Amino acid sequence: MVMGSLRQSTEVVVIGAGPGGYVAALRAADLGKDVILVERRERRGGVCLLEGCIPSKALIHAVNVMEEVRSAKKMGITVKDLELDREQLLKWKESVVSSLSRGIDGLLEKRGVEVVRGTARFETSQSLALEGSETSAIDFQHCIIATGSRPVHLPFTEGKGIWTSTEALQVPSVPDRLLVIGAGAIGLELGQVYAGLGSKVVCVEALESILPGADPDLAEVVEKSCRKRFEALFLESKMTALEGDPGSGYKATLEKKGGATAVETFDQVLIAVGRAPATEDLGLENTRVAKDTQGFIETDETCRTADPAIFAIGDVTRGPQLAHKASREAKVAAEVIAGRKAAFDNRAIPGVVYTDPEVAWTGLTEQEAADQGREVKTGVFPLTALGRARTLGRTDGKVKVIAEVGSDLVLGVGIVGPSASDLIAEGTLAVEMGATLEDLMITIHPHPTLSEAVMEAAEVAADVCVHLPRPAGTVRK
Amino acid sequence: MYEFKLPDLGEGIHEGELLKWFVNEGDTINEDESLVEVETDKAAVTIPSPRTGKIVKINGSVGDVLEVGTVLVVIDDGTGIAAEEPAAEAPAAETPEVASVAAVAPAATAARKNGPIPAAPATRRLARDLGVDLKAVPATGQGGRVTKEDVQAFLDGDGAARPPVREGRVPADFVPAGGQGPIPLLDLEPLPDFTEFGPVETEPLRSIRRKVARKMVTSMVLVPHVCHMDEADVTDLDAAMRRERERLVDTGASLSLLAFAMKAVTVCLKKFPSFNASLDPFKGELIYKKYYNLGFAADTDRGLVVPVLKEADRKNVMEISEGIRELAVGARDGSIAVEDFRGGTFTVSNIGSLGGTGLAPTINYPEVAILGMGRMQEKPVVRDGAVVIRKMLPLSLAFDHRIADGADAARFMNELVQCLSDPVTLLVKV
Repeated sequence: MVMGSLRQSTEVVVIGAGPGGYVAALRAADLGKDVILVERRERRGGVCLLEGCIPSKALIHAVNVMEEVRSAKKMGITVKDLELDREQLLKWKESVVSSLSRGIDGLLEKRGVEVVRGTARFETSQSLALEGSETSAIDFQHCIIATGSRPVHLPFTEGKGIWTSTEALQVPSVPDRLLVIGAGAIGLELGQVYAGLGSKVVCVEALESILPGADPDLAEVVEKSCRKRFEALFLESKMTALEGDPGSGYKATLEKKGGATAVETFDQVLIAVGRAPATEDLGLENTRVAKDTQGFIETDETCRTADPAIFAIGDVTRGPQLAHKASREAKVAAEVIAGRKAAFDNRAIPGVVYTDPEVAWTGLTEQEAADQGREVKTGVFPLTALGRARTLGRTDGKVKVIAEVGSDLVLGVGIVGPSASDLIAEGTLAVEMGATLEDLMITIHPHPTLSEAVMEAAEVAADVCVHLPRPAGTVRK
Repeated sequence: MYEFKLPDLGEGIHEGELLKWFVNEGDTINEDESLVEVETDKAAVTIPSPRTGKIVKINGSVGDVLEVGTVLVVIDDGTGIAAEEPAAEAPAAETPEVASVAAVAPAATAARKNGPIPAAPATRRLARDLGVDLKAVPATGQGGRVTKEDVQAFLDGDGAARPPVREGRVPADFVPAGGQGPIPLLDLEPLPDFTEFGPVETEPLRSIRRKVARKMVTSMVLVPHVCHMDEADVTDLDAAMRRERERLVDTGASLSLLAFAMKAVTVCLKKFPSFNASLDPFKGELIYKKYYNLGFAADTDRGLVVPVLKEADRKNVMEISEGIRELAVGARDGSIAVEDFRGGTFTVSNIGSLGGTGLAPTINYPEVAILGMGRMQEKPVVRDGAVVIRKMLPLSLAFDHRIADGADAARFMNELVQCLSDPVTLLVKV
């Protein structure tokens, strides 16, 4: 076969094989559609699997294991010669990634989804031109855009050999002193990884708090832990200039809170100031697809774009840039294409940050509830009062339940502490189901587990908690 | 701060297109001064400011279509907090020309001021599949949660749980949505890309055009139409009308064949009340109206509108003719009130002035029937065994076969033809 000689046609074409694209392809195939999945990378899985969620969680876990061993002295455990073999760590990380990617290929193959390697560009609202592929073009009835996002640079940081999350996750080296720009999820997670690997980490954030989007009472617990692990964490501060290269190191000009400017030297710089939708080179101008000023594709609740034959899901659309949002939208788009009345009407998209301690939130935050003018009550249960947290030696955290006054409907849950990423699932289910505080309180939670804290927090919100002291003289309801 | 929301602009009106802002952000406005001009499906309305104060924020630009209840402007009127008044309240007292007839809010939504209706994801999917609006479903669950059983009970329709249905609004479950609906074999494919075949120009479906489209689809999908046709020999009526016009020449008054036809229709409607009725398919009731408000189709720059002449049975032909003229002028220059589009019981569509030997009109739902008038023409007809030239008026009566039968329509039409054929018959019956 000669490159670019074949014109194919299909019912559904999906561009991008990340957690949005491959799920859409599988679901559409299950609903009886002919599906072609176009992916420019060598492997399936997208940013999430190849250079995002999965490799970063593997690294974070490894670093956390070391940290746990170090902090286990109080339990009588001491380990001499605790060492980290970077080569072996990377080998293990790679084996995790490649086994999952092969798993996706197996699923696609069994569904009869044809995977085409290449870079796609719209010719019209009904056809794609492909580059770097045996297939020259694909005519389609419906297309799902799932091309994801790319890390963004600052105007003066591009081409200077510094890292984005993509490079940092390859762990090309462990720099002695690492500057992290941005204290969002990616900056803090990778900052902690490199701190765990032995780097001296300095983190700079332009906003007045870390983790924008999370309630401050949750973020402050993480901030405390970061301040312990990092050499420094500067809020309301900016990097205004950067010079240097990976060989000789970098000189970064930091403008700190209050206006003081300092030039500091670092061995490497990690830029983690956000991700931009990958919608620039798609030839969208040849379709009726509409983008907003930031490049996000406009969609309705069925994930349909302004062009009725074309759908868009995941990071290319507005909303949190999270794999699980993309996967849910993927199913909606596939079902709508198959003629079902699906819609993305989810009320809770959980946000999870894998710092140590982890932080997670779902539904409305206190701030969002206030912005919407909803009258809420909250119940906060500290992990210091929880048996299981004590046995883990991890009491640095809390669970917060946010409920509507009057109806007691659970509107949101926020968790900081060990396993917050798993515990948040119950909160998300509660919000989606329209559960009330009572539903959480009456449901038996196994003892001793961290999940009890969700039940206890609901009881605090309802003012019936028995596991916290009450002010003397007050009567229990 | 006062948040002024797009008020309810009359029954059946859910949205309006912004035509013109009279203010900019930062301007100061006095109470009752013109704020914004909004075109609804029925008419253009100028909405005055309900407060005196500074315009802090304007929502929407000219051309935007806003739903009733959307915040139009935020006015700093010196009060510290945003007002939480329901949308319908604000203009009701202050703008007499704006009708404030809001649909009665179902019990389920009364308790829920903001935020989505609580319901499990599976319940929401069921409701979407069945085309049920969760807002309309009375909730039995704790905290106002709608359960699957609630959705089912709502569909099964035990009377108490049923919210009032807006006139002329077909519940979503009757409309095929998202490609495959409840109508077998109806599968709406996306349109082909017409640019493949040649240059095109697109414009959004707006305002009156959209309203007409929606009404016609509702009528055609919901109502089994039958069209009964006949001709009336209006030679004598036409002669009488011309004589009358001569006498009126100095007064400037007009007298139209449409006015005579509408008068004759009132006679027929009184004799055959099922043509002045409506069917409520949800309650399973026929509603016979004891008033005779006749709509007539008017062609305007903005599209088709149907002004309603109230109590046509109590007006003489002269008064009807004058009423038609005033309403038609108002409809064309946009000065007509929303009220003048409401409350019709029967519609007449007179295409005669433009030509046509006949037409099969579409019923103005939820009315039962519509009369189409073609162009009056001289034709050879046979009278007493001889061919003579007579002025013939083509008439067609499209009716809802759920409510009336062909025989009823034939009787209605016979009566109408008689009234129009002999001016004396009309005279003795009105």
